Amino acid sequence: MGVVLVDAGGTNIGSVRYALRRLGADAALTSDAETIRTADKVILPGVGAAGPGMARLRELGLVELMRSLTQPVLGVCLGMQLLCERSEEGDTACLGVVPATVSRFVEQPDLRVPHMGWNRVRRQREHPLLDGLGDDDWAYFVHSYAVPMGDYALASTDYGDEFACVISQGNFHGMQFHPERSAKVGARLLKNFLEL
Amino acid sequence: MLSRRIIPCLDVRDGQVVKGVRFRDHVVMGEIVDLALRYRDEGADELVFYDITASPEGRSVDRGWVERVARVIDIPFCVAGGIRSVDEARAVLHAGADKISVNSPALERPELIGELAAAFGVQCVVVGVDSLRDADGEWRVRQYTGDPTRTQALPRRTLDWVVEAQQRGAGEIVLNCMGSDGVRQGYDLEQLSVVRALCNVPLIASGGAGAPEHFRDAFTQSDVDGALAASVFHSGAIAIPALKQSLTAWGVTVRP
Repeated sequence: MGVVLVDAGGTNIGSVRYALRRLGADAALTSDAETIRTADKVILPGVGAAGPGMARLRELGLVELMRSLTQPVLGVCLGMQLLCERSEEGDTACLGVVPATVSRFVEQPDLRVPHMGWNRVRRQREHPLLDGLGDDDWAYFVHSYAVPMGDYALASTDYGDEFACVISQGNFHGMQFHPERSAKVGARLLKNFLEL
Repeated sequence: MLSRRIIPCLDVRDGQVVKGVRFRDHVVMGEIVDLALRYRDEGADELVFYDITASPEGRSVDRGWVERVARVIDIPFCVAGGIRSVDEARAVLHAGADKISVNSPALERPELIGELAAAFGVQCVVVGVDSLRDADGEWRVRQYTGDPTRTQALPRRTLDWVVEAQQRGAGEIVLNCMGSDGVRQGYDLEQLSVVRALCNVPLIASGGAGAPEHFRDAFTQSDVDGALAASVFHSGAIAIPALKQSLTAWGVTVRP
């Protein structure tokens, strides 16, 4: 079966689903382990906090399943952070498929938290997920926690420090911004994921 | 670097976009989805929809149009209007809105801000503040501004409310400076600058945009994160692509 959206309680599920539909993909919304396991592509959306997000995956019995997936997986926003080992947010143990610890932006006079708005996406590595991404492309971010730079970083964004805004580790991928709300750039990157 | 946001505001009444002057005498500007798509195409960074009669009429936002917008729009949008509970907010967010904005109901019951932040995260929670300078020189908040016959002046000082709203979990503040709204003489830079100094979350200027320079001044003098406007966009007096070109030329970072 095609693309599934994991229903882990995030409020952006509707918008991600509409964005996929605009690309011609009808994604099923599911929390059923077998449906997720047999899907061609799995998207883990998420808005909210890491603790409740992981608690919800545990309640649904999806933690081990998510870790064991071998098809392309995309975490969006909080969903990307949940792919990491830990999050400082509520000191939460996450799925641990990407070797990173998610940390909070440190507030500075010119650095408001949450990081909310459009910021530039800068390519760090070549990857099919970034096909068509230009040198001056912007995406929409809303978050207070971020994934630090590392070998898994495909693209970065500057906000105080540079952080990883697109990541890839094996079959697990993540986008910190909201592709479903990032106009043409977001649609292109989502399409790239569907074509991986 | 984070760009400054240009945000058309669409006041919604009975399913259509309307605009009044100084919050009164509303005229119909167009259909919601048509205007939303037009602004998306012109390069708006975000859209705000205010169901202006929801709060005075004691009802929540009509979810039907929220869903219609969410299906076609691929930029973020915020919905405001009579959201009084976590359940009502959830319905609007699940219909596809990215953020919800609370104003009069938060003044009725300030605990609402914290409840929303706990349920959805601060990044979803915008607090709208309608502010007007009183005869004694203090800025104070107004409630139920969508209906002039019900608008109330409150004893609450705007600056106190901005601080309290953040403490309770506001992830963004929209400051509607009512004294300058609809008259196109520029944003209230004095008030915005004072509020900016107390605001650690994103601050959005609202009320008074009439020329591209007004946007520049709000960004460069009052350091706001976004500038919201309605009538100058609806009427075509300012086109967003030209506005962004001007801002770029003036050294303001905007999304091309």
